[in-house]
Amino acid sequence: MTAPRFTSLTARAVVLDAADVDTDQIIPARFLKTTTKDDLAGALFADWRGRPGFPLDDPGNAGAQVLIAGPNFGCGSSREHAAWALTAWGFRAVIAPGFADIFRGNALGQGLVPAAIPVDDHARLMAAVGRDPALPVTVDLDAQEVRWMCGGGAADGVCRAAFTVDPFARRCLLDGVDELGFLLGMDRAIAAHEADADEARHPSGGAR
Amino acid sequence: MTTAAGAAPRTLFDKIWAQHVVAEVPDGPSVLYVDLHLVHEVTSPQAFAELAARGVPVRRPDRTFAVMDHSIPTVKNPLAAADPSAAAQLRQLAANCEAHGITLWGAGDPRQGIVHVVGPEQGLTRPGMTIVCGDSHTATHGAFGALAFGIGTSQVGHVLATQCLLQRRPRTLAVEIEGGPGGALPAGVTAKDVILAVIARLGAGGGTGYVIEYRGSAVRALDMEARMTLCNMSIEAGARAGLVAPDDTTFDYLAGRAYAPTGTAFDRAVARWRTLATDDGAAFDHVIRLDAAALAPMVTWGTTPAQACAVDGAVPRPEDAGGDDAAAAARSLAYMRLEAGRPIAGQPVDVVFIGSCTNSRLGDLRAAARVLTGRKVAAGVRALVVPGSHEVKRAAEAEGLDRVFRDAGAEWREPGCSMCIAMNGDQIGPGQLAVSTSNRNFEGRQGKGGRTVLASPYTAAASAVAGTIADPRPYLEARP
Repeated sequence: MTAPRFTSLTARAVVLDAADVDTDQIIPARFLKTTTKDDLAGALFADWRGRPGFPLDDPGNAGAQVLIAGPNFGCGSSREHAAWALTAWGFRAVIAPGFADIFRGNALGQGLVPAAIPVDDHARLMAAVGRDPALPVTVDLDAQEVRWMCGGGAADGVCRAAFTVDPFARRCLLDGVDELGFLLGMDRAIAAHEADADEARHPSGGAR
Repeated sequence: MTTAAGAAPRTLFDKIWAQHVVAEVPDGPSVLYVDLHLVHEVTSPQAFAELAARGVPVRRPDRTFAVMDHSIPTVKNPLAAADPSAAAQLRQLAANCEAHGITLWGAGDPRQGIVHVVGPEQGLTRPGMTIVCGDSHTATHGAFGALAFGIGTSQVGHVLATQCLLQRRPRTLAVEIEGGPGGALPAGVTAKDVILAVIARLGAGGGTGYVIEYRGSAVRALDMEARMTLCNMSIEAGARAGLVAPDDTTFDYLAGRAYAPTGTAFDRAVARWRTLATDDGAAFDHVIRLDAAALAPMVTWGTTPAQACAVDGAVPRPEDAGGDDAAAAARSLAYMRLEAGRPIAGQPVDVVFIGSCTNSRLGDLRAAARVLTGRKVAAGVRALVVPGSHEVKRAAEAEGLDRVFRDAGAEWREPGCSMCIAMNGDQIGPGQLAVSTSNRNFEGRQGKGGRTVLASPYTAAASAVAGTIADPRPYLEARP
């Protein structure tokens, strides 16, 4: 299996200025009646499409690869379909002040980088993209930094916002390591643990 | 618990975690062993496909149990009634379980029901276990002192293939809930009201990165079904898992369940389970306290479960929330079409849903029946009662609860997730307002454009009778 890879990306960004965007909004449940990961781009934010000013409806945003959203992005349901739908649309990174745990893990596994940056930096970035929607935004996983040109605000004209992702997940994305392959390689340790495990921890503790 | 001299006191979470670490990845996560993997039709097909693509078998089919619940119609002969895509998904689950030797409780099986209702009632869920499922409400099983959490589909594949997960150690949060004398909750206040109050305190993301342990006199006094309701909604504050220390209430519930140990094996297990409770003096990363004796029945007014208030209170004013929360509250109120400052009670209701992994167990149905006995669902209101499992359904029918619901004018349906996730055909229409015992009031959760008010079974039943959002307490005091 090909593991997703990510080093750095510079692309146009879309701003979705909302807090607590839950995975039911990212992909409504009626689109989960599928047995594949195919054809999910059209389901992305399906119930928000067509609302006045909804940014993904703007043809000018076609080709954007970075989504900038409010805090606690991806809360709610564990559906990995949310990460699949975002990547199917073309997103490769989401920038927010914070992410829900399950979404964060699902996204990393798909090579969709969840970049959690400080709220002040987030506000400055939103304002910058608001002024210039075509502003290129860099998400650098190697340096764990988001960068954008901000004119007079910084010495070299570049604004920087630091983020951290789980070191192991970062290594996997930088090096193209496949997590399932890694776990399969732990077979001996897993077997040793199973040999030691207490019988009461087996689901059929009494029925065996 | 007291600890042996010299041993550092540990939390319930610390003890379960330590017993399940297979290996530590340097500068990385732990490899955590999973004792029980629960599977359903919606989040598993792509994981089975991944195993097939790699030619990898399911490592422990004996630790894997599957049910049909999310997309199954809540009618007799559900497979015949399912829409083509849901039917294909249900058939795929059956084929995957057949191919890998996994026990499946599917359509027509007397053990079928919602995954988080079935696991405990079959005795699969037990103290000290690690339990995962591709469903965020897996925290329900934490009521037994098991570390239980939801995972994504890729991780479902990891567990199918290796029985393990790569996991960062979370932080610990103690939620101390004190009740009245003996831990009692006020009349008309239930575990659902308590957890809505906890989430309102923490916020929708306030528990992110934490595992919660619910403690205190009010928690000790809850029965197992109520503890499941409490733990179930931990994710709505962002916490992956919620735990309650196992005690005699837990052991009494487990004794005699189909998969629970029996005889001396049960006694040995109980002795071990008693050692799991948090040691005296163990430190949590964070602690909050809640006075449950001062609570009223709770309802949500917004579009996250954290936006909740007392049913006898007023819809909060966004400006009182301050900052970004004020903007979010204003958006929520606009969607809900509720007016700040007005009483939340009295708002007209279109649909009442009693069910879901939060509130579909026998005790929940008894609570709803207590309000509905001798009363009628208001004209123009559709009320659905969806038992959490066939076992719950049989037990409810044995004591005549189905007649109470039918006589009141409510629908008595077959088990499933139903209108909680609204992907099986049970849904509300655009603009309709539902009072629901489920766990999520997100925009459109129960149907596109629908508005959801989360509440306890008492409050939902009272609202069905009143035809408006209603305080259940007068209905509990007076007989019709």
